[in-house]
Amino acid sequence: MTRSSFQIFFQTGAWMIIAFLVLPILVVIPISLTDTSYIGLPKETLSLQHYVNYFSDGDWLGATWTSIWVGLVVATCATVLGTAFAIGCWFLSDRAAMVARWVLITPILVPPVVQALGFYRFWVVLGLIDTHFGVILAHTLLALPYVSISVFASLTNLDRNIPRAARSLGASVLQTVRAVIVPAIKPGILSGFIFAFIVSFDEIVGVLFITVRRVETLPKMIWEGIQDNIDPTIAAVATLLVLLTLIATLFGALRRS
Amino acid sequence: MPRVPEKLSYWMLVLPALAIMVIFYIVPVLGIWKIAVTEPVAGFGNFEKMAASSAVKTSFIITFRVAAVTTLGCLLLGYIVAYAISNYASRLTPLMVALVILPFWVSVLIRSFSWIVLLGRSGIVNDALRDAGLIDAPLKLMHNEFGVVIAMIHVMLPFAVLPMLTNMRGISGAYVQAARSLGAGEWYAFRNVYFPQTMPGVMSGALLVFVLSLGFYVTPALLGGGRVLMISEYITYQIQEFLNWGLGSALSVALLIATALVLLVAARFVNLRATLLDRK
Repeated sequence: MTRSSFQIFFQTGAWMIIAFLVLPILVVIPISLTDTSYIGLPKETLSLQHYVNYFSDGDWLGATWTSIWVGLVVATCATVLGTAFAIGCWFLSDRAAMVARWVLITPILVPPVVQALGFYRFWVVLGLIDTHFGVILAHTLLALPYVSISVFASLTNLDRNIPRAARSLGASVLQTVRAVIVPAIKPGILSGFIFAFIVSFDEIVGVLFITVRRVETLPKMIWEGIQDNIDPTIAAVATLLVLLTLIATLFGALRRS
Repeated sequence: MPRVPEKLSYWMLVLPALAIMVIFYIVPVLGIWKIAVTEPVAGFGNFEKMAASSAVKTSFIITFRVAAVTTLGCLLLGYIVAYAISNYASRLTPLMVALVILPFWVSVLIRSFSWIVLLGRSGIVNDALRDAGLIDAPLKLMHNEFGVVIAMIHVMLPFAVLPMLTNMRGISGAYVQAARSLGAGEWYAFRNVYFPQTMPGVMSGALLVFVLSLGFYVTPALLGGGRVLMISEYITYQIQEFLNWGLGSALSVALLIATALVLLVAARFVNLRATLLDRK
């Protein structure tokens, strides 16, 4: 079958746009292998010196570890709170629950700088500036909308008669939630957890406002590195993160197809 | 056994998350409004200063212009991708979807860094053009609106594609087939039959991209190099450089109101609930 100009336009166009989406991200790979001490393409040979630098630098490793554990704590808190919230709203399904759901997603709509100012002023009052707990609290709030949306999406596919049956057989609300609802919406909870982790792991604007020296996260190190714009170690870090993402994405796509 | 009333036990599930959101998020954000009218002195002085400042006006114009151009760019490019994915099924379709979502998972910081490496004075694009003998002096590709918009489109594109994709997947092929069998050409059927049905998806995508672009900080700050001062960056300048909390807060309030107005106007054309609350 010959393809019309219409089909050619959309098909080649789509692949070109996907190339525009993906290829720029990959430029960090050659940069990370540069043999020079500034950011640029490799001149004579490929070199792993910037990876060696990353893995032997206490600051980079410390910041990476902080981002990972803070992200895991945030994901856990946000998932527990957000899942309970979504299930409660689903049971209620009334006007008040609708308002509550809108309140919980405000962090998506408020500009990051504005909420960071709010955090800063309030965290000063609470004495949370430059503490890990302060960062965890702020990130949990920013992650809650994503957990709530993703869990609620799973719940809309759940048959209301199933929890009703459990309740009529004498299970309490808490028992019903634990033994009937949570197992049925596991995929939504899991994707909420992953979303929450990523939100915390990538968050920069809030951290810039509410931390000083004591708390260093990976995005903060990268931000400072970009401002200085000399050390190719950022490219090595970026490459590691991009490759991790790529592997996870391809793995996910293969499993689905 | 005494039992907790049904409704109350559901609210017990809702309340913890709702309470911390109200206490630690809503209250601090509302606190900004208070700062705007109390610091350094009580009254509307900050708003008067804001209204009189031409730098603020310029910054707002830049913000809306960059957001509008980004939105248009994302809609155009996103539409083509969403159309191809939902209308030409092949073995590669899952890969296409995965590649569209991929940038979502890569930090905005890293994506901005990539664009700096590409577009800088001695960046990869300029070097390649010079080596090919096409230019003598490096082109100015960043630290201007061009660089900011390119990188912003790159960051926002998935937000435009996903709602359009959801919408297009729900469109039956029967209408276009009917139009074609009645003699309409491919482009004609697309424009008059298919395109109108995709408007809800287009509007959702436009709203998401526009609202997120209005308050965007990271990419404009890094690619703009201080020359493309969007409101968010202007606010941080006021606060970090001049410790001018009053004006910074007043600007924040203005940005919040602008965002709210956009949502309010959009509510007439877009199903806000489907766009924001019940995202798939």
